[in-house]
Order: sequence, then C-alpha cells, then structure tokens
Amino acid sequence: MSRTRRIRSAGLIRGVLAVLICLALWEMFARTSRSTSLTPPLELIGQTLAGMLVDGTLLINTLHTLGRVLLGFCIAALIAVPLGILMGRSRFAERFFLPVVSVLLPIPSLAWVPLFTLWFGIGNTATICVVVYAAFFPLIYNVWAGVRSVLPIWTRAATVMGAGRWALWRKVVWPASLPYVIAGTRLSVGRAWIGVIGGEMLASPTFGLGQIIFNAKEFLNASVMLSVLVVIGLIGVITERFIFNALEEATIRKWGMAASARR
Amino acid sequence: MADGIEVRGVTFEYSTGLGSVLAVKDASFTVAPSEFLCIVGPSGCGKTTILNMLAGFLAPTRGEILIGGKPLGKAKTDRGVVFQDFAQLFPWRTALANVEFGLEMRGVGKAERRATAMEYIRLVGLEKFSSTYPHQLSGGMQQRVAIARALAYNPGVLLMDEPFAALDAMTRDDMQGLVASVWAATKKTIVYITHNVAEAVYLGDKVIVMAAHPGTIRQEIRIPLARPRDPLSDEFIATQRHLLTVLGARKPPARAAAE
Repeated sequence: MSRTRRIRSAGLIRGVLAVLICLALWEMFARTSRSTSLTPPLELIGQTLAGMLVDGTLLINTLHTLGRVLLGFCIAALIAVPLGILMGRSRFAERFFLPVVSVLLPIPSLAWVPLFTLWFGIGNTATICVVVYAAFFPLIYNVWAGVRSVLPIWTRAATVMGAGRWALWRKVVWPASLPYVIAGTRLSVGRAWIGVIGGEMLASPTFGLGQIIFNAKEFLNASVMLSVLVVIGLIGVITERFIFNALEEATIRKWGMAASARR
Repeated sequence: MADGIEVRGVTFEYSTGLGSVLAVKDASFTVAPSEFLCIVGPSGCGKTTILNMLAGFLAPTRGEILIGGKPLGKAKTDRGVVFQDFAQLFPWRTALANVEFGLEMRGVGKAERRATAMEYIRLVGLEKFSSTYPHQLSGGMQQRVAIARALAYNPGVLLMDEPFAALDAMTRDDMQGLVASVWAATKKTIVYITHNVAEAVYLGDKVIVMAAHPGTIRQEIRIPLARPRDPLSDEFIATQRHLLTVLGARKPPARAAAE
C-alpha cells in the first residue's frame, strides 16, 4: 500500500512540475512578445480570473455550461444505453441500427449547429441538441461493444443457476459490460464538452463559457479567453480524477476487469 | 437432494460448411441418485457435448434425457455446473456473492442466503477468502468457489467439465481429494468429464469410456475399489491399466513393465 502511495505522490509531483514548466514557458513568451493584451502574462490572467470570480460571471456561466453538459449527456445516455444493450443482444436490432450509428458517428457534432439553429432557433435548445448528438454516439458504440464482450460462460453459468431474462441483464450483462460503458462515458463526456463550447459559440444561448470566449474576441480580450480556458481545463481534470477515476476504482479496478493504468 | 439421470439413445449432430458432423452417436447410460460417474475419452469424443446436453446448453438431435424422471427441457430441473475455465466466476462479485447467486435467483432472503453460501464456502475450505474478488484468488481457489457456487442452491445433479485440467499436478491432487470429500458430504449425483484416467479411477463409482469420430460409448466400467482410494495401491494401478487398455491408449499387457 505504501508503495503505491509513494508511486502516486511521485506521479503527482511530476505532473505539477510539467504544469509549472508550461506556465514558465508561457510567461517567457508573454513577456517577450510585443503586446501583453494579446498574450497576457500569468499575473494579468490571474487578475482577470479573480475579477470574474468575484463579480459572479464565472459562476453563472460555468453553471450554465455544466448544466447543458449534464442534461445533454443524460438525455443521450437515456437513449444510448438501452439501445446499445438491445443492439448487443439482438441480431435484428444490431443489423437495423448499426449502419445508422456508423454513418452518424464520424460526423462532428458542430457540423450540425447551423441546421439545429435553423430548426430550433438560436439559443439553448440548439446548444443542448449539439451536446446530445456529441455525447450519444461514443456511448452507444461502447455499450454495444461492451455487451458483445460479455463472456458466454458467464451467461451460461447464470442461466444454469436459474437466472431469468431480467436478472441476466441486470446482474450479469450490465456489470460485465461496465469496462466498456465507463470508457464510453468518458469519451462521451469529452465530446459533450467540445459540443457545448462550440454550440455556445455558434448558437449563442444566453450565458455559457463558450459565449464568454466568443464575446471576448470582439474586444480582443485574450486574458478573458485564457481565463475561461483555464477553468475548462480545471473542470476536465476534476471530472477525470474525482468522477471517472473514483468510479473505476470502485468498480472495474476493484474487480480486476480494467487493464491496469500503472505499469 | 440427488436425482438420477437417464440418457436414452442420444445423438448429437451439427452441421458445418463441409457437411454434418456426428459429435455423439447413440449414447445410452444411466446414473443412479448419489452415484459418481466419470466420462473419459480422447479429445473429440463428444464427452463435453454430452455434458452440455445434460446441462441443457445443447438439445439432442435424437433421443432423450431424463433427470429425476423428468424429461429435460420440459420441467425446470436444477443442475449445478462447474466449467474448466477459471473465468466462469463473476469478477464483479466476491467469492461469497458468487456462491450466493443461485440462491438469489430463487428469491432466498439475504440473511439466509448469506448463511447458506458461507456453509458451502466453508465446505470447500475458503472461509478466509469469502470477501475476496476472484481475480485475487489462485486458479485452484477459483475452482473451489465454482464448486461451492454450483452446490449452494442444492441442485439434484452436479455436472463437472474437466474442472481441474488447467491446474498444476499438485493442486489437482488436492482438488480431487476435495471433490471426493464434498461428494461424501453432500451425496450429489455427479457427472464428471475428464481425459485423465487416474482421476476417473480415483473419483468414479462408474467410468464410461468413449471413443472419437464419431463419439460413441465404448464401455462402461464399474470401479470396485473401496474409498478413500489409494492411488498407489496395486488394485488402483491395475484398474487404471485396464481402463487405459479399453481406451486403446495402451497395448494389451504383455511386455510392458509395471509403471
């Protein structure tokens, strides 16, 4: 245990060091460039960030963006999970849906924004549609692959022990597909972030981090843009460490079903 | 609870791209309640196919199978199955929760199924590992959990498909002793598939020897040895020699010196 803790803290130190080096490089670049307003040094970014924190713009816009990601992801999951399971278990459903999924999967969600705004008008609905679209395909694809990865020996063992259809899905197929489902969720949330920021820039709903970036461009305010980027990065790190890592630790890593991340 | 098994003229045929293959041809045998039957034969003799039909994973092309007097597939029959593959355990459940699965499917309450499962965990000697996940257990331990899991819901017959074939020789010896004592304690009807003649002689009341291409029953041999059996005794070795001769793995005795 202490060995893993030592390895983990060593990893943390290395990670922090890498970030510090990047910051130092940026600072050097910022200080030597001609215009500090276009490439603001760290101090200026810090001030801007603090200002946005204090006057509440950061909070309200972050909440809007997070809300859209969450809502969009939930809607996507509500459709993608049952449909993915169905595709994995039924040949017919697979033949029916897979071609559609395969065609829609590679289309970038942002390519739909003009159409969505045409259909739903500028604003929140179109933005959330983009998020749903972005989140949907990686998830359904992985749920489908996960269900197909379930070892036949597990379903056989469960059936012979008297598992009915429902118990088989809930107590065998679902936990057995979790490694893929978690991987899919991770990808899906990542895509949802791309979708939401892009959607907020192009479909201009009121509030949203994408909106702040877009509007700041009008005023050539690079430090606001960079501040928002920092916030987005931080949210990403937090979701990864505290949600996905914790989720994996409590499930597939504990069960020995995840390929170990540390070698 | 122990059920008898009757296999009547069972044939299993499947088709490949090149035509149909006769995996099992006209097999008939019976297993009395609480009897220990071993089926030995070379690979491709259809012994696993027979087990899969007994388990209900495959339906015979012709013939019928009765367990506890009831035709298979019509009535809901309870069977426990132990596979060769260690991966049979559910990795997302602890050893104890794996053993609880069958009871859970029968709607047994939590406290009761926990207690029953614990009994069987104890029966296979793993009480210290009840809250361990399968990936942290050795192959032999995983197979013990699988045995406990197949017994916990008290099925009438226990079907075992080369459960120790992938274990090292020493662990396998231990596990055979364990199966013999579990059988003595639970008095289940057991059908045990193996390609290991010594294992069959050590465990079985009766051994069915099969031949390959097509899979047919060559001979049914009763093992008259008293239990517990001593694998180094003369009778044990003589029985083993006889079985090997029937299998065709060994030329009839003449010059061959005693092993």
